[in-house]
Amino acid sequence: MKFTKSLAGLASAGALAALCTTAAMAETTIEFIQWWEPEMPAGALRGIMDDFEKANPDIKVTLVSGPYSATRDQIVVGAASGTLSDVVGLDGAWVNGLAKQGAITDMGPLMTAVNYDQTQIADIVKVDGKSMMFPLASFVYPVFVNLDLAKAAGVDTLPATRSEFADAAKKMTNPDKNEYGWVLPLSLQNPGGIQNDVMSWAWASGGSMLKDGQPDLENPMVVGTLDYIMSLQTAGVISPGIFAKKEQDKVEEFVNGRVGMMVDSLAHINLIRERNPNLNFAITALPAEDGYTGKRGLPYASWGIGISEGSQHKEEAWKLVEYLMSPEVNGKLVSIANAFPGNVNAKPDFSKSDPLFEVAFGIFQQGKLANEFVGLPVAEELMRKMSVEVQKMFDGQQTAAQAAAASQAAWVAEFAK
Amino acid sequence: MSVSVPTQTPPRAAVRRRPGLLSHRVLSRLAPYGYVTPATALFALLMLFPMITVARYSLMDGAVTKRDAVFVGFQNYAVLFADPVFWQSVGQTLYFTVLSVVFHLLIGLGFALMLNSNRIDPTLRSILRVLYILPWLFTAVIIAIIWRLILDPNGVINSILMALHIIDFKVEWFSSTKTALNALTFANIWAGYPLYMVSLLAGLQGIPKELYEAAEIDGASAVQKFWYVTLPQLLPIIISIALLDFIWTMQVFPLVWMTTGGGPIYATEVLSTYTYKLAFSRYEFALASASAVFIFALSMVVTFFYIRHQKAR
Repeated sequence: MKFTKSLAGLASAGALAALCTTAAMAETTIEFIQWWEPEMPAGALRGIMDDFEKANPDIKVTLVSGPYSATRDQIVVGAASGTLSDVVGLDGAWVNGLAKQGAITDMGPLMTAVNYDQTQIADIVKVDGKSMMFPLASFVYPVFVNLDLAKAAGVDTLPATRSEFADAAKKMTNPDKNEYGWVLPLSLQNPGGIQNDVMSWAWASGGSMLKDGQPDLENPMVVGTLDYIMSLQTAGVISPGIFAKKEQDKVEEFVNGRVGMMVDSLAHINLIRERNPNLNFAITALPAEDGYTGKRGLPYASWGIGISEGSQHKEEAWKLVEYLMSPEVNGKLVSIANAFPGNVNAKPDFSKSDPLFEVAFGIFQQGKLANEFVGLPVAEELMRKMSVEVQKMFDGQQTAAQAAAASQAAWVAEFAK
Repeated sequence: MSVSVPTQTPPRAAVRRRPGLLSHRVLSRLAPYGYVTPATALFALLMLFPMITVARYSLMDGAVTKRDAVFVGFQNYAVLFADPVFWQSVGQTLYFTVLSVVFHLLIGLGFALMLNSNRIDPTLRSILRVLYILPWLFTAVIIAIIWRLILDPNGVINSILMALHIIDFKVEWFSSTKTALNALTFANIWAGYPLYMVSLLAGLQGIPKELYEAAEIDGASAVQKFWYVTLPQLLPIIISIALLDFIWTMQVFPLVWMTTGGGPIYATEVLSTYTYKLAFSRYEFALASASAVFIFALSMVVTFFYIRHQKAR
């Protein structure tokens, strides 16, 4: 009897230990910091995480979500203090700094360990040859055209070249009615205008601001781009208040029908429809230099993903990255986010989206993604320095060539650090 | 048979010297320290420690971002002081601060005198009191949005000025190097005067009426009464608020950041935006720390005068 009792006790202890072990296994919780959850429909990203947890019962995912700028600050602080979340939502502009800091890990060995097919990834962002970020979803920046304003101004076709764009912008400009052809945000608070609204013109015509990974801003393409933008300003077709204007001001002016054209993210289509359901607009690829026949570079912003170097659960973190990059999940995620996929085999479903996404997908397939700021050191600071020089150019303090030369000198100093 | 045991009372001194226990006198001396310990501990943890850390970072190369950051002495300060944009931001910070403090005082005093005057109908006075205090109720974000809208090239101010034929073109208030700093200062003056107004109004209501009656008997005019009665009575309040306002305004960040971001070019760069960019755009935490220590030192100079003034009272 006593023996039976002891045996039962032992069995209970064993069961308890097994339970505890199972519980401990189930308690592998990874943190995922990103700014995407607030930008997606409520519960959408959590739903994808729930599906992941069902497929991987031993892993739980805690989402750490916030607005873009707050997330960026949190990542900077987390990287500095060694408390960065396991999986990190990344902007291409942050990658170099975080990689140099040793805050994010090289995903190469993790991919090798599971024989991951790297060819399915649209673009792997590397720093010093190490795979630091996958763009999970890309938001391209085409030109938005207010069709009513264009029709009233006698513009019948969407501009495909720089001269057509300048011509259309001039026709659409009527300062007396407070209408302008184009809008350019160059606020120093968020200097993204340099990337999306200025350098994108060079990329669209196959130009580059880098040579062998180093700044090359004095080349004819970049100087020509600055000259072209200056000519638009001289022609008076740019909406006033450039130096204090931010991206949201740009969208606001377009929504209100005050500007005929803007370079903007596809992510804003729904916002524009909500704000002004009567606005009749179309999208087209960014105009290229007259006579240019090559593939057009499409500026884009990404929701990138990477893994923290300090993570205690790199394997589990990789499983989540792999899951989100799989064709099915990636296709589902970008369909919800109205973005383009990071996995080349993903098939986004735009049937429930705005018809313009179908058009944009066509532009996306014909062109190539181009954003040379991705992966650069202190990318935001480079944009800000160039923004200051472009502002000086607009202010009449220097020519386009001088602005390019001054930016080049400032960038070289940053690259040398 | 009972044996009576004589009870011996120990001498007083022996009681006081009981081993293991603190004497009453020692306890009395320690008690005040016990009371201030929680506050001191919190101050050390939340204020002193971060301040020392920032000062330490300012003497290191690659603080925060480098694992092997090394001590470099005052090198970061030398780099900072050699940057012309830094000195431009120092000058602009002082311009922005001095102008803000002076106009805060003038407008706050003017409105306080108006609200204290018996010549205005009490109902109107109550309405004005609510209206005048409104800017104080808004957060910096709201103030920035309001002024961005008002001073937009297509905003209200330009419309009014053009309708009155004062200007014949749309002024880009925040977007022009010529007007941005003044526009920003104007917005800050609008946002900050109610503190003065409320404090000075309370001060005005505390001035004994007998002083004015005596001045009247002496034949003092309204200006003389203001100059020789009102102003001396308000002076302690004015000095206290002005010194505090100077410290606060020198550190203003959200309003500048959300309206101009320090631009156009460097026209509205102030020490707070300059430091922020060093830390969160260039990731130069050591230089940012040096700049922060500089701001701290400037604030300390004013704080010194404030404390001296408080002691003198």
